[in-house]
Amino acid sequence: MEKALLAKINTARANRRAVILVRDLKSGAGRLIFPDTLADDDPLAQAAKTRFRSGKSGREMIGEQEFFLNVDLPAPRIVVIGAVHISQALVPMVRECGFDLSIIDPRTAFATKERFPSVNLQAEWPQDVLTSDMIDSYTALVAVTHDPKIDDFALETALQSGCFYIGALGSRKTHRARVDRLTSKGFSEDLIARIDAPIGLDIGAASPAEIAVAILGQIICALRKGDDA
Amino acid sequence: MDADILKTAENWVAEGRRIALATVVDTWGSAPRPTGSHLVIDADGNFEGSVSGGCVEGEVISEAIDVIESGVPKMLEFGVADETAWRVGLSCGGKIRVFVDQVN
Repeated sequence: MEKALLAKINTARANRRAVILVRDLKSGAGRLIFPDTLADDDPLAQAAKTRFRSGKSGREMIGEQEFFLNVDLPAPRIVVIGAVHISQALVPMVRECGFDLSIIDPRTAFATKERFPSVNLQAEWPQDVLTSDMIDSYTALVAVTHDPKIDDFALETALQSGCFYIGALGSRKTHRARVDRLTSKGFSEDLIARIDAPIGLDIGAASPAEIAVAILGQIICALRKGDDA
Repeated sequence: MDADILKTAENWVAEGRRIALATVVDTWGSAPRPTGSHLVIDADGNFEGSVSGGCVEGEVISEAIDVIESGVPKMLEFGVADETAWRVGLSCGGKIRVFVDQVN
């Protein structure tokens, strides 16, 4: 394998870009496949697409030729708007799943180190710290403050990004009001429909921890099954 | 894929070291490291990463040094029946295939 490929893989990783290193298992020759430049007539196109979704590395045969597809996906990231009780319950679960987590809440009474030890926590307004490049296609945005002043900007930013999941806490009534606000700002019905609300899988969750399970389950479903969900 | 190992590999190449990359390309049964795991080895036998729980690395490293010398990639197989590969305390029934190739 050429050393130049190593540098390219490491650059892709640093930029949170998904990449597959393809190795010819006879000659050792290598090449890279990126999801956004994958040609449909690439003999490994279908296999690569499947593996970009699953994240699993493995062998593929093309005729008699054996290839190894080494998949590197950015760590899934969850950006939570709201340093609330549900968010506290999410922290250990998200960590156990190996996802990155960031929590943003301008209310300094909520966003404290005591409540969120060793968490990437920002006691700031989303409009001051949340940028669209933070919300890439391996990022889920979860808005759980209930407060439009805090949640709405983050939801609007997420709707304009390529993130794989958007969820917002609140009753159906709360969500109807949210839809009205977003519609009046020019967001289309289809786009607004990307928001999962009321948030989380319908498992009858009753406590903050159970709601956290429902949210995380829905995020994992969106991540692993995508459009098939 | 073990990106930290690939970063190490890139750094070693930048230092002018001759290296090989070993990759787990197949696992059967309860293998200690998943498919796609890497071990980077230099010509002096220094290494980073793992392709098993430490049981077959010695063999992979000596094969890797050969690969660095010859420039010819190798496919290595280790299984439960291989006395030199699997020691007491390892997850039994496992079998792995490791592809070793130089980086140039």
